[in-house]
Amino acid sequence: MTNSVEIKNLDLSFGAVKVLQNLNLDIGEGEFLVLLGSSGCGKSTLLNCIAGLLEVTDGQIFIKGKNVTWAEPSERGIGMVFQSYALYPQMSVKGNLSFGLKNAKVPKDEIEKRVARAAEILQIEPLLDRKPGALSGGQRQRVAIGRALVRDVDVFLFDEPLSNLDAKLRVDLRVELKRLHNQLQNTMIYVTHDQVEAMTLADRIAVMKGGKIMQLGSPDEIYNQPRNLYVADFIGSPSMNFLEGRLEAGEFKVDDMVMPMNGYEFGAPQTADRPAIIGIRPEHVVTGELVRNAPLQFEVDVDLVEPMGSDTLVYAKLGKHSFRIRMDGQARVRDGEKISIGIDPSRASLFDKSTEDRL
Amino acid sequence: MALSDASDVTAQVGQGTPARKPTRIFKNLSSKIASLPMVFTALVIFVGGTVWTIVYSFTSSGLLPRLKWVGLDQYERLWSSRKWMVSIENLAVYGICSLILTLVIGFTLAALLDRKVRGEGMLRTIFLYPFALSFIVTGLVWQWILNPQLGLQNVVRGMGWESFAFDPMNNSKIVMFGLLIAGLWQGTGLIMCIMLAGLRGIDEDIWKAARVDGIGTVKTYIRVIIPMMRPVFVTSLVLIGSGIVKLYDLVVAQTSGGPGISSQVPAMYVMTSMFGGQNLGQGFAASTMMLVTVVIILVPWAILEFGGKKRG
Amino acid sequence: MADSGTMTAAMTGPRGPKPKRAFNRTNIMIYGTLIVVALYYALPLYVMIVTSLKGLPEIQMGNIFAPPMEITFEPWVKAWAQACTGINCDGLSRGFWNSVRILIPSLIISVAVASVNGYALSMWKFKGSEVFFGILMIGAFIPYQIMLYPIVILLREAGLYGSLTGLVLVHVAFGMPINTLLFRNYFASIPEELFKAARVDGAGFWAIFFRIMLPMSLPIFVVSLIIQVTGIWNDFLFGVTYISSPDRYPMTVQLNNIVNSVQGVKEYNVNMAATLLTGLVPLVIYFASGKLFVRGIAAGAVKG
Repeated sequence: MTNSVEIKNLDLSFGAVKVLQNLNLDIGEGEFLVLLGSSGCGKSTLLNCIAGLLEVTDGQIFIKGKNVTWAEPSERGIGMVFQSYALYPQMSVKGNLSFGLKNAKVPKDEIEKRVARAAEILQIEPLLDRKPGALSGGQRQRVAIGRALVRDVDVFLFDEPLSNLDAKLRVDLRVELKRLHNQLQNTMIYVTHDQVEAMTLADRIAVMKGGKIMQLGSPDEIYNQPRNLYVADFIGSPSMNFLEGRLEAGEFKVDDMVMPMNGYEFGAPQTADRPAIIGIRPEHVVTGELVRNAPLQFEVDVDLVEPMGSDTLVYAKLGKHSFRIRMDGQARVRDGEKISIGIDPSRASLFDKSTEDRL
Repeated sequence: MALSDASDVTAQVGQGTPARKPTRIFKNLSSKIASLPMVFTALVIFVGGTVWTIVYSFTSSGLLPRLKWVGLDQYERLWSSRKWMVSIENLAVYGICSLILTLVIGFTLAALLDRKVRGEGMLRTIFLYPFALSFIVTGLVWQWILNPQLGLQNVVRGMGWESFAFDPMNNSKIVMFGLLIAGLWQGTGLIMCIMLAGLRGIDEDIWKAARVDGIGTVKTYIRVIIPMMRPVFVTSLVLIGSGIVKLYDLVVAQTSGGPGISSQVPAMYVMTSMFGGQNLGQGFAASTMMLVTVVIILVPWAILEFGGKKRG
Repeated sequence: MADSGTMTAAMTGPRGPKPKRAFNRTNIMIYGTLIVVALYYALPLYVMIVTSLKGLPEIQMGNIFAPPMEITFEPWVKAWAQACTGINCDGLSRGFWNSVRILIPSLIISVAVASVNGYALSMWKFKGSEVFFGILMIGAFIPYQIMLYPIVILLREAGLYGSLTGLVLVHVAFGMPINTLLFRNYFASIPEELFKAARVDGAGFWAIFFRIMLPMSLPIFVVSLIIQVTGIWNDFLFGVTYISSPDRYPMTVQLNNIVNSVQGVKEYNVNMAATLLTGLVPLVIYFASGKLFVRGIAAGAVKG
């Protein structure tokens, strides 16, 4: 796979504040890459740098092998979709779609052709003569996607495009976006703070924090093998349970409990004992019949039960530590009850306490 | 994926794409060129003009400006001139009264209008229309209304109150109050509008909370609303203050500085020295003093407004 | 518990339900005050109108507040076409047309310059742009007197001293702070993403200004025009300073010269007709624009 976008040693500072720090990222041809992080992590800033809307302090950006670090946004071969849609309010949908092409002096019949094609793909043909004000949120976002589509570019940039839509519409458009990517096979870079969007859409996810990429990997890797404590904590809802203890000769010890880590794949052979943190996802804890087959079994006191319909969230006490367990929606558990749970070490994550990196 | 058949329109990438960082000056060039009139006005007219006048206020310029240094002579002459002292006194009297009355009237009117009165729109229109007029128009109308022989005084006497006397146009003791009446008539509408906007900006729940707590209306205004409107009051203060220092047209039209020199103001002193008296140095010194006055008003405000924000 | 007096007072709070009795004490006080004050504000306009419609003998006999016994338009005709300033006796019409000739180019240039300034300051900031803007805003508070003479020199050097063109340039310069502020704040309120989208679409400085921003900013243009029309029309200081010949005086300066001339009999009716004529342009703008006028002064005032 050749690289569509390459980012090399990118730095960006606003005065003394370093927003992006020595950032490197290669994005493959036709890849759907999601930049994920909480607000202020630099994900939108990075996207704006790729688009050429922000001037970088140092480093280089290549698109299709061409150094575009100092090129104008329109010269980079990108299309961009914004959170607020950013449609030109006084122009019709057609005007919105063709504005960029007119600026690029594309011949008239060519414009017509491309607008018609994009409208067909996005099913917005009946809306072409309307003004953005007369469109619904979902329709507006479709037009905004169309505006990137007609430009016939290599790379699509999405800046939280679904955040302004209501929950139901967001799911619909998410599915459509995925379908669109399958159909077009363009490179897409997508910024979001919503991990569900990231998990469902991405070929690869880059989890960002403080202007740095914390982990770059497939959704599966990000979810199952978080590279550090931050990613482990950030991904998953409800978030991972963490217990602090010591790793001694292949066994994790917390208080008087001992968890032999049989089946856990260490990144490197563990020689020395060390303080460590174990992370266990609430949905990886088994209960009821399945406990018998689990390598590790514990008794917990149920503290609080939150039935959520599709599943039930149980807040329990494992020794002195609070522990979240995700159970079936049909589970009948009461406050104060004692239940047995089972844990599979191969699905857990171990982190070094001082470096917070995965062991 | 290509929406076009022609692959060459894969467009915009390329065409002289600079791989190097562009030179600083050429960055954002259109914006810089477009801002030239602003830069010229700011630097040459505002800064340049002000500095020029301050510099020449230390010279003996008379009919024409010339760089013959005389130190503080112009200022000494200024402060020993009776006309200037009268001007300063007048401005102080007018300023203090105008400041207090404009704020009180402006706020009271706004508060009254905010009480869901019928015909608010019409009343607001009436209170504000004088603001649209020129000070010359205002001055001339009030000159006529306060005309001692044919105006207000005459009418009141005609109604039977023979001893009634209000003749600011003839009476140097109260002439500033004649100007004040006209000034308030023109200026309070603006402050009322700003206050009204401020009142409308206050959260409705404040009123509900006050009502639940059983606080009376007047007390709510004084103890809760007015402290909340501090920024609005500060803005009003700055507007009224800078307007007072500029007071000129109104005096020219209504009293021409008379009777005698009893309604002279600093701006008038500047104008007569510079363009009437062939006494540029005095004009420069006097206008520098006006600037100093404004600085004294503005600096505390700027510290309050902008100094406070940094901490917050 | 609150006593009943407090309760009634609280019930009349601005957003509360309308009080049931229309004539309680509080209401009478509120309306009474407002009506008296409104009369004070309306009085001068009324006096101007009735005086301008009376004959001179009636004025000298009677009460300035009384309506005219016999309506005459002669003072208006005289004010417009015959009133004298110095040796010219062709009335205020001369000043009116001078003001129009000053107003129109000043309006066009100042609104054009201010809108471009505001646009550059909000969307294409460059190093130092905020500093220039800061100076511009401070300049709005500095007493104009301190800059008057240096401008005389500048205009003289440019050969424009005493001409209408010179005065137009002065109006453009001094109208710049408030109008630039107005446009800057307006453009700053436009979502930044719109600007970014246009840049991705390959539009540059002028294309974004003319194609995207201008069509969106009609209301603020109207507000700016209103501020400028009233400001320029009502100006006296610059007119009297930078126009050297009475032939070219703007209307306000000519009006002042007509009314405050010491020669001859004071024709109060003609004076009031002239005053009213001068005030007519801003008054028409004011009554026609309604809320936009208020918005203009509020926008200019609240964020200083």
